[in-house]
Amino acid sequence: MNAIEVENLSKFYGPARGIEDVSFSVKKGEIMGFLGPNGSGKTTTMRILTCFFPPTGGTARICGTDILNDSFSVRQKIGYLPENVPLYTDMPVFSYLNFFAEIKGIPARRKKSKVDEVIQRCELQSVSHRLIRKLSKGFRQRVGIAQALLNDPEVLILDEPTVGLDPKQIIDIRSLIKGLGGSQTVILSTHILPEVSMTCDRVIIMHQGKLIAVDTPADLTKRLQQTPKIILKAEGPTGDILRTIGTIEGITSIDRREPGSGKHGGFYEIETEENADLINEIAKSVYENSWKLKEIRPLDMTLEEIFIKIVTEEEGVNNR
Amino acid sequence: MSWYFIMKREVNSYFTSLTAYIVLFIFLVISGYFFYTNLTMFVMMVGSDVKLGLWQYTFQDMRRFMLLLLPLLTMRLFSEEKKLGTIELLYTHPIRDMAIIMGKYLACLLVLVVMLALTFLYPILLNIVFSIELGPLVTGYFGLFLLGTAFIACGVFVSSLTENQIVAAMITVGILILFWSIDWNEGIAGTKVMTILHQFSLFEHFYNFPRGVIDISDVVYYLSVSFFFLFLTLCSLESRQWRGKK
Repeated sequence: MNAIEVENLSKFYGPARGIEDVSFSVKKGEIMGFLGPNGSGKTTTMRILTCFFPPTGGTARICGTDILNDSFSVRQKIGYLPENVPLYTDMPVFSYLNFFAEIKGIPARRKKSKVDEVIQRCELQSVSHRLIRKLSKGFRQRVGIAQALLNDPEVLILDEPTVGLDPKQIIDIRSLIKGLGGSQTVILSTHILPEVSMTCDRVIIMHQGKLIAVDTPADLTKRLQQTPKIILKAEGPTGDILRTIGTIEGITSIDRREPGSGKHGGFYEIETEENADLINEIAKSVYENSWKLKEIRPLDMTLEEIFIKIVTEEEGVNNR
Repeated sequence: MSWYFIMKREVNSYFTSLTAYIVLFIFLVISGYFFYTNLTMFVMMVGSDVKLGLWQYTFQDMRRFMLLLLPLLTMRLFSEEKKLGTIELLYTHPIRDMAIIMGKYLACLLVLVVMLALTFLYPILLNIVFSIELGPLVTGYFGLFLLGTAFIACGVFVSSLTENQIVAAMITVGILILFWSIDWNEGIAGTKVMTILHQFSLFEHFYNFPRGVIDISDVVYYLSVSFFFLFLTLCSLESRQWRGKK
């Protein structure tokens, strides 16, 4: 059974679109990443799943329970870290967690051990009696995550869990999240792309309130690299370079990206047919024509480039 | 049970953040001053009824001051949560809106009870030198408490509308003063309208209590005002369910 099933979810803020017609499902134990620029609808989707507000249309089920019909039991099954980590800053860490253990309905006899457990897990022992107001950003973030973990939620929803942390803290939080996968279903949103490939099993890419891709990070990379690219940096008469290399068999297009130093040469982006390994051919051609070869390499698309590509392609479709 | 946890947290918050201490301190000082001036006045005017009159005057002074002071207690209840964003945590936890409201409302009532209880020191001190009648004193305090429940319910509601605490306090004071002064202008309203307006005046229903009279209609009035505002608060919290729908 899927832990999360989302069907045609839409949310409008008056006439403004939050999200529109979003459908996806997350398997049990999976870590799902939400990727998208700011304002793409990640937080809106999460707020609907956590029953903060209902959708305008569509519905979703968390572990088989409908968010509209039985929001109370959905709220019992989830752990949620909202964006910007809201905290009662005038409370000490321990009392804060204690309070949330209480309103999550954890029985009094298990409360203490549960709070101690999340304090251990999020490494908050050293600050457990300090006021949250006096904690650093990293510790606050961990208090927020500890709160979300208190009731051993079946589904954990984390809205930008690593924003504003230093690199060491980011690594800590990521490994904490990775450790949760398998037993708990996790949804996390981010606009930091390497984070997704590092922590998530699958990725949802959202843009302007619409879901535009769902896949594993690896497949996403593969899918978009069907036309392999080669980057060439060479010095020589531009026209000649474009003409000569353009005629090599297997090359579908060559573009000049930016001019190099002086009149001649520059960066060229070459698209080749699938599975064609033409680096040698191109290099030979450059050498035979006595142009200066500065750099030649295959272009691996980073997730960043994929993301930008998907987003711009989608925009192209909309404008047509 | 969850209302109890909310209440506990709110009471803790009042007493760790100094708000409650400051409000209690100011109330004690000012009501002590009222008590003192009223007492000296009655001592100088020999022959007047100290047993009844003194408390009537003191309670009338205290309730006016409560009108200004209680909004300072209620202003943070929802506004602060909205500002901090913690309201999102409450909404996404398995807890009913009504439990959130009741927890906060009762926490504030508890501070009110402490506030009123502390002023009980004055009659005790007076009783040492001059024996006083307990009846009107107790009913007077009961009236003040009922008045306070209505003030606080109004404050809770206004606080649920805004994330700005100062705005919440000012609007609450505004509404309370309106309810207080609603039956002041007899000349314009006319007698018929006036009898209706009298029924809506927050303070009109208070006069009986310090005289030692508990009129059930007064009690019902204050309880309905509280219910009314708490109901509005519930509507205000639940508005997130239908806001933004097409």
